[in-house]
Amino acid sequence: MSVRRRDHLGSTGGARTGGGAESARPWGGAGAARGCARAVMTMLVAITALLALGQPSIAQGLYGMAAEADGFTLPDPAYRFEFPGDHGPHPDFRIEWWYVTANLEAPDGTPYGIQWTLFRTALAPEETDDWESPQIWFGHAGLTTPESHFVAERFARGGIGQAGVTAQPFDAWIDEWAMRGPTISDVTLTAQGEDFAYELFLDTDKPFVPQGDQGYSVKSEAGQASHYYSQPFYEVTGTLTLPSGEIPVTGNAWLDREWSSQPLTETQTGWDWFSLTFDTGEKLMGYRLRDEAAPLYAVSTWIAQDGTPTPYPPGAFSADPLTETQVAGREVPTRWQVTLPDRGVDVTVEAINPQSWMDTAFPYWEGPVTVTGSHEGIGYLEMTGYD
Amino acid sequence: MTRTALLALLSHWRRRPLQLLTLVLGLALATALWSGVQAINAEARASYGRAAEAIGGGGLPSLVDRTGVVAEETYVTLRRAGWLVSPIVEGSLMTEGGRVRLLGIDPLTAPPGTAAAAVALDEPADFLMPPGVLIAAPATAQRLTGSGLPPVTPAEGLAPGLAFTDIGTAQRLLGMDGALSRLVLLPNQPLSRPDLGDVAPGLEERPPERAEDLARLTDSFHLNLTAFGLLSFAVGLFIVHGAIGLAFEQRRPVFRTLRALGVPARTLVALLSLELLILASLAALVGIALGYLIASALLPDVAATLRGLYGAAVEGTLSLRPVWWAAGIGLALAGTAVAAAGSLWKVSRLPPLAPAQPRAWARASERTLWLQSTAALALVLAAFALATLGSGLVSGFVMLGALLIAAALLLPTALWLALAALSRLGKGPLAQWFWADTRQQLPGLSLALMALLLALATNIGVGTMVSSFRLTFTGWLDQRLASELYVTADDQAQVREMLAFLEPRTDAILPIWNVEADVLGAPAEIFSVADHPTYRENWPLLSALSDAWDRVATGEAAMINEQLARREGLVPGDPIPLPGWEATVAGVYSDYGNPLAQVLVSPDRLTAEFPQVERLNYGLRVAPDDAPALADALVDDFGLDPGNLIDQSSLKAFSLQVFERTFAVTGALNVMTLAVAGFAILTSLLTLATMRLPQLAPVWALGLTRRGLARLELLRALLLATLTMVLAVPVGLVLAWVLLAVINVEAFGWRLPMHLFPAQWAVLGALALVAAAAASLWPALRLARIPPSTLLRVFASER
Repeated sequence: MSVRRRDHLGSTGGARTGGGAESARPWGGAGAARGCARAVMTMLVAITALLALGQPSIAQGLYGMAAEADGFTLPDPAYRFEFPGDHGPHPDFRIEWWYVTANLEAPDGTPYGIQWTLFRTALAPEETDDWESPQIWFGHAGLTTPESHFVAERFARGGIGQAGVTAQPFDAWIDEWAMRGPTISDVTLTAQGEDFAYELFLDTDKPFVPQGDQGYSVKSEAGQASHYYSQPFYEVTGTLTLPSGEIPVTGNAWLDREWSSQPLTETQTGWDWFSLTFDTGEKLMGYRLRDEAAPLYAVSTWIAQDGTPTPYPPGAFSADPLTETQVAGREVPTRWQVTLPDRGVDVTVEAINPQSWMDTAFPYWEGPVTVTGSHEGIGYLEMTGYD
Repeated sequence: MTRTALLALLSHWRRRPLQLLTLVLGLALATALWSGVQAINAEARASYGRAAEAIGGGGLPSLVDRTGVVAEETYVTLRRAGWLVSPIVEGSLMTEGGRVRLLGIDPLTAPPGTAAAAVALDEPADFLMPPGVLIAAPATAQRLTGSGLPPVTPAEGLAPGLAFTDIGTAQRLLGMDGALSRLVLLPNQPLSRPDLGDVAPGLEERPPERAEDLARLTDSFHLNLTAFGLLSFAVGLFIVHGAIGLAFEQRRPVFRTLRALGVPARTLVALLSLELLILASLAALVGIALGYLIASALLPDVAATLRGLYGAAVEGTLSLRPVWWAAGIGLALAGTAVAAAGSLWKVSRLPPLAPAQPRAWARASERTLWLQSTAALALVLAAFALATLGSGLVSGFVMLGALLIAAALLLPTALWLALAALSRLGKGPLAQWFWADTRQQLPGLSLALMALLLALATNIGVGTMVSSFRLTFTGWLDQRLASELYVTADDQAQVREMLAFLEPRTDAILPIWNVEADVLGAPAEIFSVADHPTYRENWPLLSALSDAWDRVATGEAAMINEQLARREGLVPGDPIPLPGWEATVAGVYSDYGNPLAQVLVSPDRLTAEFPQVERLNYGLRVAPDDAPALADALVDDFGLDPGNLIDQSSLKAFSLQVFERTFAVTGALNVMTLAVAGFAILTSLLTLATMRLPQLAPVWALGLTRRGLARLELLRALLLATLTMVLAVPVGLVLAWVLLAVINVEAFGWRLPMHLFPAQWAVLGALALVAAAAASLWPALRLARIPPSTLLRVFASER
């Protein structure tokens, strides 16, 4: 199979889950894999609306199901965020996530990156307090060093308390992983896998940044959209635990919150998402959606030091691959030319560790990057749909 | 040249198709019994493997609560503390198509490689949300019909007798809301997590339920089957040996001619080996096909036995497994090689100008008999040494084998002596000739008679064991199942109502509560036993302290079953550590048919140590005549589900049914062994028939009619069979003793008293005579109708 259709929603900036279809790691490997891979994929397709070309019947089935199982609320351009309520879950929407990435640095200057993601997907637009809950949660944790990349992943049922989110005091958890604190602006972020762990303290006094049109983020010319806001101003201190020992770190973190019920178009094959923090304190979020049947759809938001967003229409922002790297048996661009002429941005974005492969049930690339050129800085890059 | 020689050798079979049939059929039969048994074993083991794998990531340990139930909150608490566990709800589901084991899983956290989880996630919404889906192997899926059941999805490769469903659906179907049976501990736990005792103090880790556990439990059963298969194979080899020997003897002229024409002995042996290889391969294929048929026919019974005895689910259908058919072919070839070795050796040593006529078999020399007897005595000594020094099931079977071979080796000597004694009875010349001729035939017939001895002895031994077991078992059931009715309530609320309902209507209500726990490092059942005359008067105690029941009633002591006592070497008065306290062994009781260790304690003690024990089962004592009326009242007036009520007689019938099934296979194999032995006699007699003409012709020439000769032949066969039967009785009894006192104790953990059943022997003896008569009838008929010219030719000079 060649191209997967990815993210319905994915395209917004937040729906950053890429997705492949093949891996069945969490369910055990080779032997059991085929059925599992398909099964997990199916579920995740339902969740993040990744459609595999190789599985047209499943894809169609899901679309059919999506159509029938309607009753999910659709994003509304007139909706305005209400905090802290909107930090909590929206079970009447099909998909939702709490997505944190952080660029960190050890006292010796070594750069690190972490990812902490909690996804929610609903089989039906409701919630119960038992096993019959249609809400499914899964978590991804990543820790990137210049040499290594660590990944862990968790799955949970809704309804029984194994995973969930409360808005105030803020608590987002799956198993022992948590993003927890008195408010969402002052949280402790923890996750661990077999061979790594992190415990980070995130806080900020800056406002939340609505993406797109006052939080209504359009994903394609066809009009798919999501509700999307960010908190790109967290300051971070904490500890990473690696096989070699504990490392104290400091740095910045970026939270994306997004929810929707709409899939992307069937021809959208993947996307490349950038969150860049310049030394000036300004930020740039930009992504491009790759489409088999249409030109690239690239949008961006310029975020001033005080959090004021300036959304740019399609065409203003561009990102072009410069270098590809062999990653997990495929070619993935790990060095990019990124421009936003309106702000004089013309930079080279390069992966700190080109092998930042998230080998989860559906694999994708996500890792910290450096920024050089017209602006200097750091950031995070997510790429899906590379087979 | 080589080709011509081969054709010349093969032409023999064209002229004697019957002999070819004997050879191929004998080998095929031997292979069939062996490979049939192997097929059954392989199928059963594969089922165990699937079962263990299916039950939540085969080979993973579980967290269990002593009460048998893990609260759902405990699961969430553990997960949120970093313990990667996956919940399991299991129970028995009564459907219109029979009982099925229901396994509730959470496909999202299920262990890697859980086949059912993969199927579940093909349609996650259907599986996770009401009404849910049942996933089962196709054969099991067919049984899952009935009202109130969720839709069924058949899936290949799942364990038989098992239905998977979502954990929520399983809780609903089993009435276990909020409760889990256990938590599977996943591999690859995260970097750090608190101690189990700090998070979930009530839980303990139980080692994985592996395929090996079930295999270990059922090992003895399979070993029994294997021993039977080997025995059948050995008996079959007697046939092959006879047929090959005959073919070689009859082709001596051909060999001589070929050698005289310049074929080297080495080439001749090679050609004969090639011929045998071809024939053996052919026979092996036929045998494996037959074996498949035998296995298919027996498997349902075996599956029922395994389910009844061990709760092991085995699919009733057979799949072709390379393991057993390859082994079958290998064994057939090896067997042929063994059976033909002697003959081939002789051919290689054959002088080119050896006499062309087959000699009658040499008179048994005293030397041979002496050698055989010495070997037999050595084997008997070895068996005794094993009995005193060895331990374990395998040594038991080796001892059994040594005894059987010793008996077989002693047979010619014993027959020789018996015939020598009998020959003194005969006065006339004919009688003297008859006894002398019979003795002279012994060496030729001894192999076939050994086969008969083995078959008869096995029949007697196994028959005695089964009948002793049955006698003991029924007596024991009468004692053990003393209550007239057994009832199970749906839940605690129903228990209260039911007890109130029963109070005025019964003589006694005996709580029968149980938990599963580890005792001395192995899984065991702990049952409550009320302080009531029912038990004091009836319970089948093997040994006990004088005030055993009083001590159990105080809660200080416990009764243990024979299996546990033997395994741990416990006797009444010994201390035994139980979960929560240390008890004194008050008594040991027999507990046939139970593979697990079992402990009886007072109900108060049980509830004190396991507060959450389910208190749903009760035995009811009423006057036996009133039992049916009370049963009706419970169903009609009280509204108890009829499935929750069982009366003593049905329970006994069910137990006996399990028992009968257990030995149905044994019976079938017994009959087959006897058939093979009969066949062996037939081939031996046929072999002898031609060779004995030179001995018979003079007697015929002296005036005895052919009919008269034939009658004597028949009589001789019957006489030898009778003698063999008489000798088989003591051998069979020794065999029975070993089975009861050694093998059973090792295999099951209980020892059975031995009873004798002479009537069975009489029937068996009659059967043996019928087999011998049937086998000798045809050679005798041939003799009766032999053309006189053939007899006359004996006197020709050319021999």
